[in-house]
Amino acid sequence: MSVTQMENTTPEPHPRKTYLNEGNTIGSWLLTKDHKRIAIMFLISISLMFIVGGWAATMIRAELVEPQGHLMSHETYNKMFSMHGIVMIFFFLIPSIPAVLGNFMVPIMIGARDLAFPRLNLISWYLYIIGAGISLAAMLSGGVDTGWTFYTPYSSVYSNTHVTMTIVGIFIAGFSSIFTGINFIVTIHKMRAPGLTWFRLPLFVWAIYATSIIFLLGTPVIAITLALVVLERTLHLGIFNPAYGGDPILFQNLFWFYSHPAVYIMILPSMGVVSEIIPCFARKKIFGYNFIAFSSLAIALFGFLVWGHHMFVSGQSVYSGMIFSLLSFLIAVPSAVKVFNWTATMYKGRISFDAPMLYALGFIGLFTMGGLTGLYLASLTADVDLHDTYFVVAHFHYIMVGGAIMGFMGGMHFWWPKITGRMYPERWAKIAAVITFFGFNFTFFPQFILGYMGMPRRYHWYPPEFQTLNILSSIGAAVLAFGYIIPAIYFIWSLKKGPKAPQNPWRATGLEWEEVPSPPPTHNFARLPIVEREAYDYEWMDGRDDSLGAASVTGGKGDG
Amino acid sequence: MLKNHLFANAASSFAPKFDDIFFVLTALSVFFTVLVLSLIVIFAIRYRVASTIDRGKPITHNTKLEFTIIGFLSVVGLGVFFWSAKPYATIYGAPPANAQKIYVIGKQWMWEIQHPDGIRENDALHLPLGRPVQLILISQDVVHSFFVPAFKVKRDVVPGMYTSVWFVPTKIGRFRLFCAQYCGAFHSQMTGWVTVMKPKDFAAWEAAGGSFSEGGHETSMVQTGKALFNKYGCVSCHGVSTGMAPSLSNLYMSKVHLTNGSTAIADDAYIREAILNPTAHVPVGYQPIMPVFKDELNEGQVLDLIAYIKSLSATGLPQSPANGASNSSGTGLKAKGKTR
Repeated sequence: MSVTQMENTTPEPHPRKTYLNEGNTIGSWLLTKDHKRIAIMFLISISLMFIVGGWAATMIRAELVEPQGHLMSHETYNKMFSMHGIVMIFFFLIPSIPAVLGNFMVPIMIGARDLAFPRLNLISWYLYIIGAGISLAAMLSGGVDTGWTFYTPYSSVYSNTHVTMTIVGIFIAGFSSIFTGINFIVTIHKMRAPGLTWFRLPLFVWAIYATSIIFLLGTPVIAITLALVVLERTLHLGIFNPAYGGDPILFQNLFWFYSHPAVYIMILPSMGVVSEIIPCFARKKIFGYNFIAFSSLAIALFGFLVWGHHMFVSGQSVYSGMIFSLLSFLIAVPSAVKVFNWTATMYKGRISFDAPMLYALGFIGLFTMGGLTGLYLASLTADVDLHDTYFVVAHFHYIMVGGAIMGFMGGMHFWWPKITGRMYPERWAKIAAVITFFGFNFTFFPQFILGYMGMPRRYHWYPPEFQTLNILSSIGAAVLAFGYIIPAIYFIWSLKKGPKAPQNPWRATGLEWEEVPSPPPTHNFARLPIVEREAYDYEWMDGRDDSLGAASVTGGKGDG
Repeated sequence: MLKNHLFANAASSFAPKFDDIFFVLTALSVFFTVLVLSLIVIFAIRYRVASTIDRGKPITHNTKLEFTIIGFLSVVGLGVFFWSAKPYATIYGAPPANAQKIYVIGKQWMWEIQHPDGIRENDALHLPLGRPVQLILISQDVVHSFFVPAFKVKRDVVPGMYTSVWFVPTKIGRFRLFCAQYCGAFHSQMTGWVTVMKPKDFAAWEAAGGSFSEGGHETSMVQTGKALFNKYGCVSCHGVSTGMAPSLSNLYMSKVHLTNGSTAIADDAYIREAILNPTAHVPVGYQPIMPVFKDELNEGQVLDLIAYIKSLSATGLPQSPANGASNSSGTGLKAKGKTR
């Protein structure tokens, strides 16, 4: 992507004003309308939630070392996996990339000074905080034991835990997603820089756009569904409980109508990140731009048509099962297309292996395995056995942790210099990426075998024949934990001690690297850019005299 | 060879079909994973930044190749889809005529099994080798799931709705039974054992009244249903030509016209609803005078009553105390599609 300035830039005042040092009061953060500051506030909030969810995961893995674990009661164990799922899905994975990296990068990537609705963006953060606070309060004041799936009538009638309060929190946080989605859609439609046509957009923007469609269409359904659970719980309205005249399968239909597309909310943005990283570290234009862009839209739309594959054994009709199975096999195709295109991008590239690239390559490997094991679950006959076993647990962790979180970590490393103006320690980052990859496989591959052997998920106690693999998995989880703790330490360290980042340390294409210093000024662009090149024009970038751009803090000018 | 070794434990008619599909999916997965990973490793080494290899004529797109890949993968996907659809439709569909029906009631946190001849078991199920068995499942409270890994068979057990699954046990032994759908505090202890016996041993077990189980011998489901029918005084209205309520002989699988204008087939699900919530199922020509039994009867008792009502059907075989009418071949065929 290339850019020419409309005028020469004026010399910079010293010290340079950035979004970080323009106002240091608490109020200047809590009342900010700057998408970059809101992104930072989201980053801090979701990181805290990740610690909560990770702590719950640690307790689960510790408990499962023994077939009849005695660290906690059955009730506590059930609350623990419920907390892990609810926190990680609703309060970490769903907002992770969109609300942090998307919030920070999308306006800059499209040459805008902010999102279309800055106040709405701030409200999104407050809704998230209120929602997360309420759900967290529910979990800490006694907990909830329904699992993140809230299956009825257990959740709506039988559970004696804080279901209502937890749901209220999720309901409120849902509006945060909806507002974020609206903001992205309007911004991407209306605020692209002159010359930045749809097919010159970075693929990350396409991915965020597709994700926003799901936010907008899916989130209201889960909000209403969970509200109905609360109504049945409090007023005994007969909606899902057959004893009141309701239908428990109806809940499953409504729940998965959102919660399957929600998987794509988690994975699509990571795919977008990987589409940025691979061309940069292969120094090559991405292979099959159009196919990657359209596959994001295809995934977002077809993702709404496969929810019934969570219900093959539920009692839904055999014919529904067949339709959903058929569509589920087909939705694997656009994902496979992406994997092919990323791989093909490396062909005849000039490949280097900085930490973001290691995360991106790890993503491809783990996502490929996660996607392929999804086919087992899309297959009607195989799913009859594998449904609700550890095979499913392993599968979706390959997608959500191996895929979504690897992508998130890759994006964090890739854009960290831009966001903070500091470099992270590359050697440690590479070590952490490798530890994460192996620790992850060590944790979750044994769970595929456990599932094949028949170990059901959400089992506090299990038959002794499953113990060896559970121990392996728990050891793997300990290794994986280091893969997250190490970056947490060096990221914080780098804020003060890291070397100052140049404007474009990766010599990457894109407005955020070519046009904006690290860290960016509050209004991003002194002069709005005009875009004249397609995305990922690394041939042009590497042909530039000053393509290192690295030395320059203002950068992005004089390329004629 | 390898395959036989890997999947030596298949213990039901469905398990080999699962194993075949699992094996092929695993082969496909290994193939594609190895393909992608080796391409990445090869490219990463060949085109590493330090390498001076020829990078001439780089390509950035190839529409034909993309569509070829899309087409190829779609065909492979559709192939696996069609292949794996049939065994699924089979086990959740109508069973063979000679299938033994066994009723499974899930409740927090135990499994109650009712054999038509009256043997009841808790957290245990005894089956004869080689005879098709259809499980009819319903939950007393929340959603459970009946899962026997050795059979590769699983079926959700849902409140308010009969579900079914059928298979043939093909291996003698004791196999674990799990609840696979999270159902509350003691979910992980809602387990039991399925015992598959030689037909001769099973007959002896049956004759001894299921002495290997805790329940001991009881009267058949039909007889238990009849006793309930008398206990609740059903006969005072449903007796022959009282005029107050429809006679129940020949009711089963007949067409019923309701006062709300709809018609229903009097299958198991209908009869269950009509007993528990009669006011919503008043046949044309009758008053809504029947008491509501939904807080009175548990799912096991409802199954007993349905078995008794079925036995009143003239099309069924003559009632036999030793062998509930519900497993006669006639009703077995008519049962087609009535449960899901």
